[in-house]
Amino acid sequence: MGRYILRRLLQMIPTLLAVAALIFLIFSVLPGSFAGTMTGGGRRALSPELVAQINAQFGLDKPLPVRFWDYLVRLVQFDLGTSFRTREPVVDLIAARIWPSLQLALSAMALAVTVGIPLGFLAAMRPGSLLDSITMIFAVSGLSMPQFWLGLLLMYVFALQLGWLPSFGYGGGQLRNLILPAIALGFAPLALLARTTRAGVLEVMGSDHIRTAMAKGASPSQMIRWHVLRNVMVLIVTTMGLQIGSLLGQALVIEKLFSWPGLGSLMVDSVAIRDIPVVQGTILVIVLWFLVINVLVDVIYAAIDPRISLR
Amino acid sequence: MTIRATMGALLLAGTALCAPATWAQEVQRGGTLNFTAPYGSSVGTLDVTASAEVQTEIVAHAMHRSLYKWNPETGKPEPDLFTDVTVSDDGLVYTYKLRTDAVFHNDKPFTADDVIYSYNRIATPATASPSANFISRIQGFDDVQGGSATEMSGLKKIDDHTLEITFTASQDPGFDLMQNYVPIYPSNVEGDTQATQPVGLGPFRFVEHVPGSRVSFERFDGFFGENDQPYLDRLNILIMGEAAARDVAFRNQEIDVSVLGSQQYQEYQADPALSEGLLEVAELFTRVVGFDTTRPPFDDKRVRQAVNYGIDKDLIIDRLVKGKAFPAVGFMPTTSPAFDPDAQGYAYDPEKAKALLEEAGHADGIDLPVIANQNESWGAPIVEAIIPMLDKANIRVSVEPVENAVLEDRITGGNFTAFIWSLSSGPDPLNILRCFYSKTAQSACNYTNFSNPEVDRLYEAAQQERDEAKRNDLIRQADGIIREEAPYWFFNYNKAVMAYQPWVHGLRGNPQELAIQDYDKIWIDDTAPADRKPQ
Repeated sequence: MGRYILRRLLQMIPTLLAVAALIFLIFSVLPGSFAGTMTGGGRRALSPELVAQINAQFGLDKPLPVRFWDYLVRLVQFDLGTSFRTREPVVDLIAARIWPSLQLALSAMALAVTVGIPLGFLAAMRPGSLLDSITMIFAVSGLSMPQFWLGLLLMYVFALQLGWLPSFGYGGGQLRNLILPAIALGFAPLALLARTTRAGVLEVMGSDHIRTAMAKGASPSQMIRWHVLRNVMVLIVTTMGLQIGSLLGQALVIEKLFSWPGLGSLMVDSVAIRDIPVVQGTILVIVLWFLVINVLVDVIYAAIDPRISLR
Repeated sequence: MTIRATMGALLLAGTALCAPATWAQEVQRGGTLNFTAPYGSSVGTLDVTASAEVQTEIVAHAMHRSLYKWNPETGKPEPDLFTDVTVSDDGLVYTYKLRTDAVFHNDKPFTADDVIYSYNRIATPATASPSANFISRIQGFDDVQGGSATEMSGLKKIDDHTLEITFTASQDPGFDLMQNYVPIYPSNVEGDTQATQPVGLGPFRFVEHVPGSRVSFERFDGFFGENDQPYLDRLNILIMGEAAARDVAFRNQEIDVSVLGSQQYQEYQADPALSEGLLEVAELFTRVVGFDTTRPPFDDKRVRQAVNYGIDKDLIIDRLVKGKAFPAVGFMPTTSPAFDPDAQGYAYDPEKAKALLEEAGHADGIDLPVIANQNESWGAPIVEAIIPMLDKANIRVSVEPVENAVLEDRITGGNFTAFIWSLSSGPDPLNILRCFYSKTAQSACNYTNFSNPEVDRLYEAAQQERDEAKRNDLIRQADGIIREEAPYWFFNYNKAVMAYQPWVHGLRGNPQELAIQDYDKIWIDDTAPADRKPQ
């Protein structure tokens, strides 16, 4: 297994380099420049000399191939460059944001797993029941509800009407500040997990080996533990992996809404003012997170299903 | 209909009505103010000399001070870090008597060395500071920029508290040197550390920056001025770019002030309780559609005038901007000292627009492609609203929506036929007139490539004029010509609106930017929520 993990980790390198090249090229051809945004939205006029100085300071006056080469050389040395906007190393900016981002993504996922999976199971155990219908309405709503709107709704109910929780802010990472953004972010994966689990369980429940187990007198709890759960776990883990992998990037709307200091809001602001090194750095971190989660999911596959071997 | 604005009426709407009339109450010391920075979801850097963002300026004003300060009531710069100044007969040499009671947050006493260090640091090409424009009239600036000198020759220390500055033009330096973007930093602190651990002369000392969430400060007991000590114990500047989130937080009393957009302005006005706490000001921003005046058919002023006559701006301001703007008469706004109260703007007259177009030889009509961002008050929605209006005058308008960074790049790069934007139109009217001087580069603010010999002559005369009233009169004359030449469709002057909680006192209607407040003048009373009220 160790060799498998090492091989998968090494395979990430060309993927990351390809992504890095793609991001670099996209942002090189995209109209708009960092120096152009220094007018402060029409508030001040910049002399052509100052624009030239700003471009020279960040190497933006060099030809594209030279900039690309410099970028790759820095990247292989784990140097993500310097932010045009803050003039600090990009690594430092990301380091300040990574924990709040992970905190939010993992909390949202924990909520989705602890509520979504049991809900899916319960619904599947009683197909066609009122509980099943409610669960499915809940799941469809969760998948179709815009995050921004849900966030506002939660703010309105729990902060403004009930006064139980703050409507915004990081609050040093306190739980009370985390609850609303985590629910807003975790609601869609929760709904997806509930729906996936229900579908998976129903499929397994209709299979021959379950009928045999039932005929042999297995109790419902034994049946779920030994026959249903293990069979449906591969599907659930796949869904979880995809969701948790993408939550880091998806969180930007929620981060902006709740003034949560994560990577998503950093990326959006950086795109707006063409702070390209920061955009590249944040996207690379989000892609890396996705790849690492994928490796973990593959390892978990082997642990839960002996038919899957890691070579 | 004739658009006619009286200076008095608009100034009343702009400022006098706005100040919270609660000074009769006894001032209370202490407590925490939760202020908001509404222009984005982060503060890029805490070093304001490396930034052009208002978010950074909002934060910087708490902890830094510049040589001059802006007085929003008089509309003029006034001394801040000096007590006296003598000016040479030619208006080029200023000798400042610096304050002797000012101390930095790191306990270093303020001296002439700090001013010299701060200005030289901004001028150095290595810092590529966007603030450099503000000190470009100090003698020796070009030498430092060109690399032939490391220090500006125009900065001379006479003694610790006497500084001589030589300028290359006799223009009042106060407007430039009062900017929050040219603060005085301590000379014993490495400039680069200002981005993360700022040290200044301001009324509040930096405590913590949670990127994307908030910047916190505490009162600086060593702040200069016996009668200018800040009232608040603590100040939190909360980074809240989403208007809807600010709305909930304000109604939930988690924040003490909120900057309103046009939709919220209407809602707050309709609410009996919320409408009691609205601070309004006519900001020094003019919203316009600019034409490239070198590009046919917009090189003909009759065509540009036709556009001005063809749009019912009052209707747009009423319906789309929800009354959160003042109709523009010309470029200089009502709060500018160079505004002409007797000026008449372009009245809505589609027939006249059509006639002007025919007279210019465009009886078949013209195309007007406009680049625009998504701003609700000066972006694509406004251009969409003028399409049917100008269609009646045979002007076929099309909108090309672009992202803000692209818009700025295309305007400064001259890559447009027409654009819609919000342009700074103050506080220094002479500096604004420079943007209509034919020798000013398009990228530097002469975005429409405007060129008029009479405006050039008036600008040069105003530059030389030392008497303020006469100077403003020259600028007023030039503004009249600009109005007649119509390089822009003059749309509106922004009405900025800030909502404040009933326990907040001392906010001022700053027409430069309402979100930038003198935090040391703000106090809160004991009706504030328990976690923030004075103890």
